[in-house]
Amino acid sequence: MIQEKTIIAPAHISKTNTPVIEIKELYKSFGNNEVLKGVTFSVNKGENLVVLGKSGSGKSIAIKCLVGLVVADKGEINVFGTDITKIDTNELNEIRVRIGFLFQNAALYDSMSVRENLGFTLKRHAKDLSAEEVENQIKEVLESVGLSEVIDKMPSELSGGMRKRIGLARTLILKPEIVLYDEPTTGLDTITSREISELLLEIQKKNKTSSIIITHDMACAKHTADRLVILKDGVIHAEGTYKELEKSDDEWVRSFFI
Amino acid sequence: MNNIVIAKKESIIIYLKETFNDVGNITLFSIRFFKEVIRSPYEIKEFIKQCYVIGYKSLPLVTITGFIMGLVLTLQSRPTLAKFGAESWLPSMVALSLIREIAPVITALICAGKVSSGIGAELGSMKVTEQIDAMEVSAINPYKYLVVTRVLATTLMIPLLVIYADGIGIIGGYVGINIHSDVNLYRYLSQVLESITFLDIFPATLKTFFFGFFIGMIGCYKGFNAVNGTESVGKAANSAVVTASLTIFIIDMLAVQITDLFF
Repeated sequence: MIQEKTIIAPAHISKTNTPVIEIKELYKSFGNNEVLKGVTFSVNKGENLVVLGKSGSGKSIAIKCLVGLVVADKGEINVFGTDITKIDTNELNEIRVRIGFLFQNAALYDSMSVRENLGFTLKRHAKDLSAEEVENQIKEVLESVGLSEVIDKMPSELSGGMRKRIGLARTLILKPEIVLYDEPTTGLDTITSREISELLLEIQKKNKTSSIIITHDMACAKHTADRLVILKDGVIHAEGTYKELEKSDDEWVRSFFI
Repeated sequence: MNNIVIAKKESIIIYLKETFNDVGNITLFSIRFFKEVIRSPYEIKEFIKQCYVIGYKSLPLVTITGFIMGLVLTLQSRPTLAKFGAESWLPSMVALSLIREIAPVITALICAGKVSSGIGAELGSMKVTEQIDAMEVSAINPYKYLVVTRVLATTLMIPLLVIYADGIGIIGGYVGINIHSDVNLYRYLSQVLESITFLDIFPATLKTFFFGFFIGMIGCYKGFNAVNGTESVGKAANSAVVTASLTIFIIDMLAVQITDLFF
């Protein structure tokens, strides 16, 4: 049985009302385990949407469906007005170039240096760039995440926070219009988490990106969210701003903010 | 007692199902290779890097094993041939055994251990740490970058390593012969070359391309399909060696039958 949604506030707190992502009635199961049971939400242009929920509630699966890493069983996923469930790999790749994805553990390529990690994607998508231009863009994006000095280091030589920043730099090098963050502050100390949260906001302001941020870190959610949705039992249970949800009548929703 | 029999039957059925499932999936994975290999973009740099890693870096191991193969084969065969007064056939026998069977199979098995497990572990680790997913969301085809380059490299490098092992094995044979008698190198090599024909070299070399293809393909398949964390990386590497070694023997058996029919 699908639980009734407790919509606490409508989705018009966003910066513009043009949705860049619209997920409608999304279903996904793995064997007998139904993870998503009709998830519906949207992200407007320039908006930061934070997705909360217990571990295993399907938050990561939802954003993986958005980039075609996980194939949804049923439902509509409109990104930039195109339903990605109905397109082929080439068309999907054209959309993927416009989306950045920061993985939970940054997923840096172990066998490549930081320079190679950043250049790997850029060289394959901006073939008209000269070697010098590629180098300049790598340096520029490293500077934007405050890590110019690690350009020749290998991922194994970097700390957790540095890896996240380099992962973010790699995500930003193609100047995406949407950025998806899968637990950007998990495993980091409070200060580094705060720095990463500030960096996310800075990037959003600078590049005017729209973002979905999956997190358990309420400080990060408070700092970055324009709007929050909370997943429970495979559906969106609550939706609203941080302040609205914090004062929710629903005890379960409030428990996230304690 | 009945329960034990039923349980055993069930476990055999499950094992067979998994095996057939694996065979089917490896076949589909291999078919994808032929589709992707002809499509641009071509990852030339990565291909050359893999040739270096798979071919050049395997040279020390292949040199040692190739030399020992030739030496031991000579030392072990010598007493039997001496019994029949056919000691003079030793260079021909060693060269033919090495080129037709021993060097291709042993070199391929060594590469299954070194290369296939390496690829399985590397790609398995990339899979569980989401590096392969990261490539995919960046609109880069991970199959093309990781699988096509590695399979092409093994398909090309294994035959070259086998030819190299043939040569080193023949040198090992020369050393083996000279432990007990004094044979001139020129005479030894003349006898070796006289005994070898094109039909000895061609089928033996041809099968090594298949060895190379499956060594790479199985390693990539196992790595690409690693799931459930770091434990599966070890499993992928182990399973790659076992499956690749078994496949080498099956290909060898088929190759010998086909050679027997046509050559």
